[in-house]
Amino acid sequence: MPFGYASPEQQVRDKSEYARKGIARGRSVVVITYADGILFVAENPSATLHKISEIYDRIAFAAVGKYNEFENLRTAGIRLMDSRGYMYDRRDVTSRALANAYAQTLGAIFTESVKPYEVEIVVAEVGRSSEDDQIYKLTFDGSIADERGFVAIGGASDQVTTSLKEHHRDGQSLADALRVAVRALTVSVPPGLPQNGERVLTAANLEVGMLDRTRARRQFKRIAGSTLADLLAQTSAS
Amino acid sequence: MTPGTSSFADFLSQSAPHLLPGAAGALPGPVAEVAHGTTIVAVTFPGGVIMAGDRRATQGHMIAQRDVEKVHHADDFSCVGYAGTAGVGAELIRLFQVELEHYEKIEGATLSLDAKANRLAAMVKGNLPMALQGLAVVPLFAGYDPDTETGRIFSYDIAAAKSEERAYESIGSGSVFAKGSLKKRFRTDLSQDDAARIAIESLYDAADDDTATGGPDPIRRLYPIVAAVTADGYRRYADDEVEPVVSALIADRTTSAGG
Repeated sequence: MPFGYASPEQQVRDKSEYARKGIARGRSVVVITYADGILFVAENPSATLHKISEIYDRIAFAAVGKYNEFENLRTAGIRLMDSRGYMYDRRDVTSRALANAYAQTLGAIFTESVKPYEVEIVVAEVGRSSEDDQIYKLTFDGSIADERGFVAIGGASDQVTTSLKEHHRDGQSLADALRVAVRALTVSVPPGLPQNGERVLTAANLEVGMLDRTRARRQFKRIAGSTLADLLAQTSAS
Repeated sequence: MTPGTSSFADFLSQSAPHLLPGAAGALPGPVAEVAHGTTIVAVTFPGGVIMAGDRRATQGHMIAQRDVEKVHHADDFSCVGYAGTAGVGAELIRLFQVELEHYEKIEGATLSLDAKANRLAAMVKGNLPMALQGLAVVPLFAGYDPDTETGRIFSYDIAAAKSEERAYESIGSGSVFAKGSLKKRFRTDLSQDDAARIAIESLYDAADDDTATGGPDPIRRLYPIVAAVTADGYRRYADDEVEPVVSALIADRTTSAGG
Protein backbone atom coordinates (compact mmCIF):
# COMPACT_ATOMS: atom_id res chain seq x y z
CA MET A 1 0.00 0.00 0.00
CA PRO A 2 1.18 3.57 -0.61
CA PHE A 3 2.56 5.49 2.35
CA GLY A 4 0.77 8.39 3.93
CA TYR A 5 -2.90 9.16 4.21
CA ALA A 6 -5.16 9.82 1.25
CA SER A 7 -8.88 10.32 1.75
CA PRO A 8 -11.23 7.83 0.07
CA GLU A 9 -12.41 10.60 -2.24
CA GLN A 10 -8.85 11.30 -3.28
CA GLN A 11 -8.14 7.61 -3.87
CA VAL A 12 -11.21 7.15 -6.02
CA ARG A 13 -10.39 10.27 -8.00
CA ASP A 14 -6.81 9.16 -8.55
CA LYS A 15 -7.79 5.67 -9.62
CA SER A 16 -10.52 6.95 -11.97
CA GLU A 17 -8.14 9.38 -13.59
CA TYR A 18 -5.55 6.65 -14.01
CA ALA A 19 -8.06 4.26 -15.59
CA ARG A 20 -9.51 6.93 -17.88
CA LYS A 21 -6.07 7.86 -19.16
CA GLY A 22 -5.32 4.25 -19.96
CA ILE A 23 -8.60 3.76 -21.82
CA ALA A 24 -8.26 7.06 -23.71
CA ARG A 25 -5.05 5.80 -25.34
CA GLY A 26 -6.86 3.00 -27.14
CA ARG A 27 -9.07 3.01 -30.20
CA SER A 28 -12.84 2.75 -30.08
CA VAL A 29 -15.35 -0.04 -30.51
CA VAL A 30 -18.93 0.45 -31.69
CA VAL A 31 -21.84 -1.86 -30.87
CA ILE A 32 -24.95 -1.07 -32.89
CA THR A 33 -28.27 -2.77 -33.55
CA TYR A 34 -29.63 -3.57 -37.01
CA ALA A 35 -32.86 -5.22 -38.17
CA ASP A 36 -31.76 -8.83 -37.60
CA GLY A 37 -29.37 -8.43 -34.71
CA ILE A 38 -26.44 -6.57 -33.20
CA LEU A 39 -23.27 -5.55 -35.00
CA PHE A 40 -19.84 -5.15 -33.34
CA VAL A 41 -17.21 -3.05 -35.10
CA ALA A 42 -13.73 -2.48 -33.68
CA GLU A 43 -10.79 -0.66 -35.10
CA ASN A 44 -8.17 -3.36 -34.64
CA PRO A 45 -5.10 -3.82 -36.83
CA SER A 46 -4.46 -7.29 -35.34
CA ALA A 47 -6.22 -10.23 -36.94
CA THR A 48 -5.62 -12.52 -33.98
CA LEU A 49 -5.74 -10.43 -30.80
CA HIS A 50 -9.47 -9.91 -30.73
CA LYS A 51 -11.51 -7.20 -29.05
CA ILE A 52 -14.79 -8.89 -29.93
CA SER A 53 -15.75 -12.37 -28.84
CA GLU A 54 -18.54 -14.90 -28.71
CA ILE A 55 -19.63 -15.72 -25.16
CA TYR A 56 -22.73 -17.89 -25.56
CA ASP A 57 -25.54 -18.66 -28.01
CA ARG A 58 -27.04 -15.17 -28.03
CA ILE A 59 -24.37 -13.25 -26.12
CA ALA A 60 -21.21 -11.52 -27.27
CA PHE A 61 -18.56 -9.31 -25.74
CA ALA A 62 -16.55 -6.29 -26.85
CA ALA A 63 -13.80 -4.53 -24.94
CA VAL A 64 -11.21 -1.79 -25.09
CA GLY A 65 -8.23 -1.04 -22.87
CA LYS A 66 -5.49 -3.30 -21.63
CA TYR A 67 -5.54 -6.58 -23.54
CA ASN A 68 -4.45 -8.86 -20.69
CA GLU A 69 -7.11 -7.41 -18.41
CA PHE A 70 -10.07 -7.71 -20.72
CA GLU A 71 -8.88 -11.11 -21.97
CA ASN A 72 -9.02 -12.23 -18.34
CA LEU A 73 -12.60 -10.99 -18.09
CA ARG A 74 -13.54 -12.57 -21.43
CA THR A 75 -12.36 -16.05 -20.47
CA ALA A 76 -13.92 -15.74 -17.01
CA GLY A 77 -17.19 -14.77 -18.73
CA ILE A 78 -17.11 -17.78 -21.08
CA ARG A 79 -16.37 -20.09 -18.15
CA LEU A 80 -19.20 -18.64 -16.09
CA MET A 81 -21.75 -18.82 -18.91
CA ASP A 82 -20.72 -22.33 -20.04
CA SER A 83 -21.01 -23.49 -16.42
CA ARG A 84 -24.49 -22.00 -16.09
CA GLY A 85 -25.61 -23.51 -19.38
CA TYR A 86 -24.28 -26.89 -18.28
CA MET A 87 -25.83 -26.66 -14.82
CA TYR A 88 -29.25 -25.33 -15.92
CA ASP A 89 -30.14 -25.12 -19.61
CA ARG A 90 -28.88 -23.19 -22.61
CA ARG A 91 -31.97 -20.95 -22.47
CA ASP A 92 -31.15 -19.91 -18.91
CA VAL A 93 -27.92 -18.18 -19.83
CA THR A 94 -28.54 -14.43 -19.85
CA SER A 95 -26.47 -11.34 -20.55
CA ARG A 96 -27.89 -9.70 -17.42
CA ALA A 97 -26.22 -12.34 -15.23
CA LEU A 98 -22.95 -11.86 -17.08
CA ALA A 99 -23.12 -8.06 -16.87
CA ASN A 100 -23.81 -8.31 -13.13
CA ALA A 101 -20.85 -10.64 -12.63
CA TYR A 102 -18.58 -8.25 -14.54
CA ALA A 103 -19.91 -5.26 -12.58
CA GLN A 104 -19.16 -6.96 -9.28
CA THR A 105 -15.70 -8.10 -10.38
CA LEU A 106 -14.72 -4.71 -11.76
CA GLY A 107 -16.18 -2.94 -8.71
CA ALA A 108 -14.22 -5.14 -6.32
CA ILE A 109 -10.97 -4.69 -8.26
CA PHE A 110 -11.51 -0.93 -8.35
CA THR A 111 -11.98 -0.61 -4.59
CA GLU A 112 -9.54 -3.23 -3.39
CA SER A 113 -6.58 -3.03 -5.76
CA VAL A 114 -4.04 -0.29 -5.95
CA LYS A 115 -4.34 -0.33 -9.72
CA PRO A 116 -7.83 -0.48 -11.26
CA TYR A 117 -8.48 -2.34 -14.53
CA GLU A 118 -8.08 -0.01 -17.52
CA VAL A 119 -10.98 -1.45 -19.50
CA GLU A 120 -14.43 -0.70 -20.82
CA ILE A 121 -16.70 -3.56 -21.78
CA VAL A 122 -19.91 -4.13 -23.69
CA VAL A 123 -22.03 -7.22 -23.14
CA ALA A 124 -24.83 -7.64 -25.70
CA GLU A 125 -27.57 -10.19 -26.13
CA VAL A 126 -29.67 -10.53 -29.24
CA GLY A 127 -33.37 -11.11 -28.55
CA ARG A 128 -36.04 -12.88 -30.58
CA SER A 129 -37.11 -9.47 -31.83
CA SER A 130 -35.31 -6.13 -31.82
CA GLU A 131 -37.32 -4.97 -28.77
CA ASP A 132 -35.67 -7.75 -26.75
CA ASP A 133 -32.09 -6.83 -27.67
CA GLN A 134 -30.00 -5.96 -24.62
CA ILE A 135 -26.79 -3.94 -24.52
CA TYR A 136 -24.86 -3.27 -21.31
CA LYS A 137 -21.88 -0.99 -20.99
CA LEU A 138 -19.51 -1.54 -18.08
CA THR A 139 -16.74 0.76 -16.99
CA PHE A 140 -13.55 0.25 -14.96
CA ASP A 141 -15.20 1.00 -11.58
CA GLY A 142 -18.02 -1.50 -12.05
CA SER A 143 -20.63 1.04 -13.18
CA ILE A 144 -23.18 -0.52 -15.46
CA ALA A 145 -25.48 1.15 -17.96
CA ASP A 146 -28.29 -0.33 -20.04
CA GLU A 147 -27.99 1.11 -23.56
CA ARG A 148 -30.49 1.19 -26.43
CA GLY A 149 -29.65 1.11 -30.13
CA PHE A 150 -25.93 1.74 -29.99
CA VAL A 151 -22.97 2.33 -27.71
CA ALA A 152 -19.34 3.32 -28.16
CA ILE A 153 -16.43 2.57 -25.85
CA GLY A 154 -12.76 3.48 -25.91
CA GLY A 155 -10.53 6.45 -26.62
CA ALA A 156 -12.68 8.94 -28.45
CA SER A 157 -16.05 7.49 -27.43
CA ASP A 158 -17.68 10.94 -27.04
CA GLN A 159 -16.97 11.90 -30.67
CA VAL A 160 -18.03 8.45 -31.84
CA THR A 161 -21.27 8.58 -29.84
CA THR A 162 -22.14 11.99 -31.31
CA SER A 163 -21.81 10.59 -34.82
CA LEU A 164 -23.78 7.44 -33.93
CA LYS A 165 -26.59 9.50 -32.39
CA GLU A 166 -26.89 11.48 -35.58
CA HIS A 167 -26.92 8.60 -38.05
CA HIS A 168 -28.32 5.55 -36.25
CA ARG A 169 -31.82 4.45 -37.33
CA ASP A 170 -33.85 1.72 -35.65
CA GLY A 171 -34.40 -1.25 -37.93
CA GLN A 172 -31.61 -0.29 -40.35
CA SER A 173 -30.09 -2.95 -42.61
CA LEU A 174 -26.77 -4.65 -41.82
CA ALA A 175 -24.96 -2.64 -44.50
CA ASP A 176 -26.43 0.62 -43.15
CA ALA A 177 -25.43 -0.26 -39.59
CA LEU A 178 -21.89 -1.04 -40.76
CA ARG A 179 -21.74 2.26 -42.63
CA VAL A 180 -22.92 4.20 -39.57
CA ALA A 181 -20.40 2.40 -37.36
CA VAL A 182 -17.45 2.86 -39.73
CA ARG A 183 -18.31 6.52 -40.26
CA ALA A 184 -18.41 7.06 -36.50
CA LEU A 185 -15.07 5.32 -36.01
CA THR A 186 -13.52 7.37 -38.82
CA VAL A 187 -14.63 10.59 -37.11
CA SER A 188 -12.65 9.73 -34.01
CA VAL A 189 -8.98 10.51 -34.14
CA PRO A 190 -6.84 8.24 -32.02
CA PRO A 191 -4.12 9.99 -30.08
CA GLY A 192 -0.84 10.25 -31.94
CA LEU A 193 -2.42 10.61 -35.38
CA PRO A 194 -2.66 13.97 -37.17
CA GLN A 195 -5.98 15.73 -36.52
CA ASN A 196 -6.66 16.64 -40.14
CA GLY A 197 -5.67 13.40 -41.90
CA GLU A 198 -8.64 11.55 -43.35
CA ARG A 199 -8.34 7.96 -42.18
CA VAL A 200 -9.62 5.07 -44.24
CA LEU A 201 -10.88 2.01 -42.39
CA THR A 202 -10.68 -1.15 -44.47
CA ALA A 203 -11.14 -4.87 -43.94
CA ALA A 204 -7.48 -4.98 -42.91
CA ASN A 205 -7.85 -2.77 -39.84
CA LEU A 206 -11.42 -3.56 -38.81
CA GLU A 207 -12.64 -6.40 -36.65
CA VAL A 208 -16.33 -7.10 -37.25
CA GLY A 209 -18.66 -9.59 -35.61
CA MET A 210 -22.39 -9.92 -35.31
CA LEU A 211 -25.14 -11.59 -33.37
CA ASP A 212 -27.64 -12.65 -36.00
CA ARG A 213 -31.05 -13.67 -34.60
CA THR A 214 -31.86 -15.58 -37.81
CA ARG A 215 -29.05 -18.08 -37.19
CA ALA A 216 -29.70 -21.35 -35.35
CA ARG A 217 -28.31 -21.88 -31.84
CA ARG A 218 -24.90 -20.14 -31.79
CA GLN A 219 -25.81 -16.77 -33.24
CA PHE A 220 -22.42 -15.09 -33.14
CA LYS A 221 -20.51 -14.85 -36.38
CA ARG A 222 -17.31 -13.11 -37.40
CA ILE A 223 -17.18 -11.22 -40.66
CA ALA A 224 -13.65 -11.07 -42.00
CA GLY A 225 -11.54 -11.20 -45.15
CA SER A 226 -13.30 -11.04 -48.49
CA THR A 227 -16.80 -11.19 -46.94
CA LEU A 228 -16.04 -8.05 -44.96
CA ALA A 229 -14.41 -6.35 -47.93
CA ASP A 230 -17.52 -7.09 -50.04
CA LEU A 231 -19.83 -5.76 -47.35
CA LEU A 232 -17.74 -2.61 -46.98
CA ALA A 233 -17.78 -2.09 -50.74
CA GLN A 234 -21.56 -2.47 -50.74
CA THR A 235 -21.68 0.03 -47.89
CA SER A 236 -19.71 2.73 -49.65
CA ALA A 237 -21.56 2.23 -52.95
CA SER A 238 -25.03 2.76 -51.49
CA MET B 1 -6.20 -15.05 -11.44
CA THR B 2 -4.08 -17.59 -13.32
CA PRO B 3 -4.22 -18.01 -17.09
CA GLY B 4 -6.24 -21.18 -16.52
CA THR B 5 -7.25 -23.96 -18.82
CA SER B 6 -9.10 -24.07 -22.13
CA SER B 7 -10.77 -27.30 -21.10
CA PHE B 8 -14.25 -27.01 -19.65
CA ALA B 9 -14.01 -30.42 -17.94
CA ASP B 10 -10.77 -29.40 -16.21
CA PHE B 11 -12.28 -26.08 -15.18
CA LEU B 12 -15.35 -27.81 -13.78
CA SER B 13 -13.21 -30.31 -11.85
CA GLN B 14 -11.68 -27.33 -10.00
CA SER B 15 -14.66 -25.03 -9.63
CA ALA B 16 -17.64 -27.39 -9.34
CA PRO B 17 -16.54 -31.05 -9.25
CA HIS B 18 -20.00 -32.12 -8.05
CA LEU B 19 -21.34 -31.30 -11.54
CA LEU B 20 -19.05 -33.77 -13.31
CA PRO B 21 -20.34 -37.19 -14.39
CA GLY B 22 -19.42 -39.83 -11.82
CA ALA B 23 -19.18 -37.29 -9.00
CA ALA B 24 -21.41 -39.45 -6.81
CA GLY B 25 -18.38 -41.67 -6.18
CA ALA B 26 -18.65 -45.29 -5.08
CA LEU B 27 -22.20 -46.56 -4.96
CA PRO B 28 -23.45 -48.34 -1.83
CA GLY B 29 -24.56 -51.52 -3.58
CA PRO B 30 -25.18 -53.20 -6.92
CA VAL B 31 -26.87 -50.97 -9.42
CA ALA B 32 -30.59 -51.46 -9.97
CA GLU B 33 -31.71 -52.00 -13.53
CA VAL B 34 -31.45 -48.71 -15.41
CA ALA B 35 -32.09 -47.72 -19.00
CA HIS B 36 -29.57 -48.87 -21.62
CA GLY B 37 -29.03 -47.50 -25.06
CA THR B 38 -28.15 -50.03 -27.71
CA THR B 39 -26.76 -50.04 -31.23
CA ILE B 40 -24.80 -47.30 -33.04
CA VAL B 41 -23.05 -47.69 -36.40
CA ALA B 42 -20.66 -45.46 -38.33
CA VAL B 43 -19.63 -45.83 -41.97
CA THR B 44 -17.02 -43.83 -43.86
CA PHE B 45 -17.31 -42.81 -47.49
CA PRO B 46 -14.93 -40.74 -49.63
CA GLY B 47 -15.06 -37.23 -48.11
CA GLY B 48 -17.07 -37.96 -44.99
CA VAL B 49 -18.74 -40.27 -42.53
CA ILE B 50 -22.26 -41.40 -41.63
CA MET B 51 -23.39 -42.23 -38.11
CA ALA B 52 -26.71 -43.89 -37.35
CA GLY B 53 -28.41 -45.19 -34.24
CA ASP B 54 -31.58 -47.09 -33.43
CA ARG B 55 -34.18 -45.50 -31.16
CA ARG B 56 -34.59 -48.08 -28.41
CA ALA B 57 -33.60 -47.95 -24.74
CA THR B 58 -34.16 -51.08 -22.66
CA GLN B 59 -34.46 -51.70 -18.97
CA GLY B 60 -33.93 -55.41 -18.41
CA HIS B 61 -36.56 -57.09 -20.56
CA MET B 62 -38.66 -53.95 -20.85
CA ILE B 63 -38.52 -51.28 -23.52
CA ALA B 64 -37.70 -48.14 -21.54
CA GLN B 65 -38.04 -45.68 -24.43
CA ARG B 66 -38.94 -45.99 -28.12
CA ASP B 67 -37.73 -42.63 -29.37
CA VAL B 68 -34.41 -42.10 -27.62
CA GLU B 69 -31.75 -40.18 -29.54
CA LYS B 70 -28.27 -41.61 -29.20
CA VAL B 71 -26.51 -39.88 -32.09
CA HIS B 72 -25.61 -36.27 -31.37
CA HIS B 73 -23.95 -33.24 -32.87
CA ALA B 74 -20.54 -32.90 -31.16
CA ASP B 75 -19.45 -29.79 -33.03
CA ASP B 76 -19.70 -28.54 -36.61
CA PHE B 77 -17.36 -31.26 -37.92
CA SER B 78 -18.02 -34.25 -35.70
CA CYS B 79 -20.74 -36.37 -34.17
CA VAL B 80 -20.90 -38.75 -31.23
CA GLY B 81 -23.14 -41.63 -30.19
CA TYR B 82 -23.20 -43.90 -27.16
CA ALA B 83 -24.16 -47.41 -26.12
CA GLY B 84 -24.67 -48.48 -22.53
CA THR B 85 -26.19 -46.78 -19.49
CA ALA B 86 -28.42 -44.06 -20.92
CA GLY B 87 -28.15 -41.62 -18.01
CA VAL B 88 -24.36 -41.70 -17.97
CA GLY B 89 -24.11 -41.64 -21.76
CA ALA B 90 -26.32 -38.58 -22.13
CA GLU B 91 -24.32 -36.72 -19.47
CA LEU B 92 -21.00 -37.71 -21.05
CA ILE B 93 -22.11 -36.38 -24.41
CA ARG B 94 -23.41 -33.13 -22.93
CA LEU B 95 -20.06 -32.53 -21.23
CA PHE B 96 -18.20 -33.41 -24.42
CA GLN B 97 -20.28 -30.94 -26.46
CA VAL B 98 -19.57 -28.11 -24.01
CA GLU B 99 -15.89 -29.13 -23.90
CA LEU B 100 -15.49 -28.66 -27.68
CA GLU B 101 -17.48 -25.43 -27.83
CA HIS B 102 -15.67 -24.01 -24.78
CA TYR B 103 -12.24 -24.60 -26.32
CA GLU B 104 -13.39 -23.02 -29.57
CA LYS B 105 -14.61 -19.88 -27.81
CA ILE B 106 -11.63 -19.46 -25.49
CA GLU B 107 -8.95 -20.22 -28.08
CA GLY B 108 -10.69 -18.86 -31.16
CA ALA B 109 -9.72 -22.08 -32.98
CA THR B 110 -11.09 -25.60 -33.21
CA LEU B 111 -9.32 -28.68 -31.87
CA SER B 112 -7.91 -31.16 -34.38
CA LEU B 113 -10.03 -34.30 -34.83
CA ASP B 114 -7.43 -36.37 -32.96
CA ALA B 115 -7.50 -33.96 -30.03
CA LYS B 116 -11.29 -34.20 -29.86
CA ALA B 117 -11.02 -38.00 -29.83
CA ASN B 118 -8.41 -37.78 -27.04
CA ARG B 119 -10.59 -35.49 -24.93
CA LEU B 120 -13.44 -37.98 -25.26
CA ALA B 121 -11.08 -40.78 -24.16
CA ALA B 122 -10.24 -38.81 -21.02
CA MET B 123 -13.94 -38.49 -20.19
CA VAL B 124 -14.59 -42.20 -20.74
CA LYS B 125 -11.66 -42.95 -18.43
CA GLY B 126 -13.24 -40.75 -15.77
CA ASN B 127 -16.26 -43.03 -15.85
CA LEU B 128 -14.26 -46.23 -15.23
CA PRO B 129 -15.18 -46.57 -11.51
CA MET B 130 -18.87 -46.31 -12.41
CA ALA B 131 -18.41 -48.75 -15.28
CA LEU B 132 -16.96 -51.32 -12.89
CA GLN B 133 -20.08 -50.96 -10.76
CA GLY B 134 -22.32 -51.71 -13.69
CA LEU B 135 -22.95 -48.26 -15.14
CA ALA B 136 -20.84 -48.79 -18.22
CA VAL B 137 -21.08 -46.61 -21.30
CA VAL B 138 -18.93 -46.40 -24.42
CA PRO B 139 -19.08 -43.68 -27.05
CA LEU B 140 -18.52 -43.86 -30.78
CA PHE B 141 -16.96 -40.75 -32.26
CA ALA B 142 -16.79 -39.79 -35.94
CA GLY B 143 -15.88 -36.65 -37.79
CA TYR B 144 -14.47 -35.01 -40.86
CA ASP B 145 -10.74 -34.32 -40.71
CA PRO B 146 -9.90 -31.25 -42.84
CA ASP B 147 -6.20 -32.21 -42.77
CA THR B 148 -6.75 -35.52 -44.54
CA GLU B 149 -10.10 -34.58 -46.15
CA THR B 150 -11.58 -37.86 -44.98
CA GLY B 151 -14.17 -39.09 -42.53
CA ARG B 152 -12.65 -40.88 -39.53
CA ILE B 153 -14.14 -43.10 -36.81
CA PHE B 154 -12.90 -43.65 -33.25
CA SER B 155 -14.20 -46.28 -30.86
CA TYR B 156 -13.46 -46.86 -27.16
CA ASP B 157 -13.75 -49.56 -24.55
CA ILE B 158 -14.77 -48.82 -20.94
CA ALA B 159 -11.12 -48.34 -19.96
CA ALA B 160 -10.87 -45.68 -22.69
CA ALA B 161 -8.65 -47.66 -25.07
CA LYS B 162 -9.12 -45.60 -28.20
CA SER B 163 -8.89 -47.23 -31.61
CA GLU B 164 -9.35 -45.72 -35.00
CA GLU B 165 -11.49 -47.68 -37.44
CA ARG B 166 -10.69 -47.46 -41.15
CA ALA B 167 -14.00 -48.31 -42.78
CA TYR B 168 -16.93 -48.87 -40.43
CA GLU B 169 -17.63 -49.61 -36.79
CA SER B 170 -20.53 -50.47 -34.53
CA ILE B 171 -21.01 -50.48 -30.76
CA GLY B 172 -23.72 -51.78 -28.45
CA SER B 173 -25.67 -55.00 -28.02
CA GLY B 174 -26.58 -55.33 -31.71
CA SER B 175 -23.09 -54.47 -32.94
CA VAL B 176 -22.12 -58.06 -33.78
CA PHE B 177 -25.01 -58.33 -36.25
CA ALA B 178 -24.57 -54.77 -37.56
CA LYS B 179 -20.88 -55.38 -38.24
CA GLY B 180 -21.68 -58.63 -40.04
CA SER B 181 -24.09 -56.73 -42.25
CA LEU B 182 -21.62 -53.92 -42.91
CA LYS B 183 -18.83 -56.36 -43.70
CA LYS B 184 -20.83 -57.68 -46.66
CA ARG B 185 -22.14 -54.32 -47.87
CA PHE B 186 -19.23 -51.93 -47.34
CA ARG B 187 -17.32 -50.62 -50.37
CA THR B 188 -14.55 -48.01 -50.40
CA ASP B 189 -16.31 -45.98 -53.11
CA LEU B 190 -19.74 -45.54 -51.50
CA SER B 191 -21.67 -42.34 -52.12
CA GLN B 192 -23.02 -40.50 -49.07
CA ASP B 193 -26.54 -41.78 -49.71
CA ASP B 194 -25.32 -45.35 -50.22
CA ALA B 195 -23.37 -45.15 -46.96
CA ALA B 196 -26.55 -43.96 -45.21
CA ARG B 197 -28.49 -46.82 -46.77
CA ILE B 198 -26.06 -49.54 -45.63
CA ALA B 199 -25.88 -47.98 -42.15
CA ILE B 200 -29.68 -48.12 -41.85
CA GLU B 201 -29.64 -51.63 -43.28
CA SER B 202 -27.09 -52.79 -40.69
CA LEU B 203 -29.34 -51.44 -37.91
CA TYR B 204 -32.23 -53.35 -39.48
CA ASP B 205 -30.15 -56.52 -39.38
CA ALA B 206 -29.15 -55.83 -35.77
CA ALA B 207 -32.80 -55.38 -34.78
CA ASP B 208 -33.62 -58.62 -36.59
CA ASP B 209 -31.43 -60.65 -34.24
CA ASP B 210 -30.96 -58.53 -31.10
CA THR B 211 -33.98 -57.86 -28.86
CA ALA B 212 -32.44 -54.71 -27.41
CA THR B 213 -32.09 -53.00 -30.80
CA GLY B 214 -35.21 -51.32 -32.13
CA GLY B 215 -36.19 -51.71 -35.77
CA PRO B 216 -37.89 -48.95 -37.79
CA ASP B 217 -41.37 -48.18 -36.44
CA PRO B 218 -43.50 -46.92 -39.38
CA ILE B 219 -46.68 -46.83 -37.26
CA ARG B 220 -45.25 -44.25 -34.88
CA ARG B 221 -43.04 -42.84 -37.62
CA LEU B 222 -39.90 -43.54 -35.61
CA TYR B 223 -36.83 -44.10 -37.77
CA PRO B 224 -33.13 -44.39 -37.01
CA ILE B 225 -31.27 -41.14 -36.34
CA VAL B 226 -28.87 -40.59 -39.23
CA ALA B 227 -26.19 -37.89 -39.30
CA ALA B 228 -23.57 -37.09 -41.94
CA VAL B 229 -20.34 -35.14 -41.45
CA THR B 230 -18.53 -33.86 -44.54
CA ALA B 231 -16.47 -30.83 -45.55
CA ASP B 232 -19.77 -28.91 -45.44
CA GLY B 233 -20.16 -29.74 -41.75
CA TYR B 234 -22.56 -31.76 -39.63
CA ARG B 235 -26.00 -32.51 -41.02
CA ARG B 236 -28.73 -34.59 -39.46
CA TYR B 237 -31.08 -36.29 -41.90
CA ALA B 238 -34.71 -35.27 -41.49
CA ASP B 239 -37.25 -38.05 -40.82
CA ASP B 240 -38.71 -37.31 -44.25
CA GLU B 241 -35.35 -38.26 -45.79
CA VAL B 242 -34.89 -41.44 -43.74
CA GLU B 243 -38.44 -42.69 -44.29
CA PRO B 244 -38.13 -43.43 -48.05
CA VAL B 245 -34.79 -45.23 -47.45
CA VAL B 246 -36.43 -47.43 -44.82
CA SER B 247 -39.45 -48.07 -47.05
CA ALA B 248 -37.21 -49.08 -49.96
CA LEU B 249 -35.23 -51.34 -47.65
CA ILE B 250 -38.37 -53.09 -46.39
CA ALA B 251 -39.64 -53.49 -49.96
CA ASP B 252 -36.32 -55.03 -51.03
CA ARG B 253 -36.35 -57.42 -48.08
CA THR B 254 -39.91 -58.43 -48.91
CA THR B 255 -38.97 -59.50 -52.43
CA SER B 256 -35.58 -60.97 -51.51
CA ALA B 257 -35.50 -62.39 -48.00
CA GLY B 258 -31.74 -62.79 -47.94
CA GLY B 259 -31.13 -59.13 -48.93
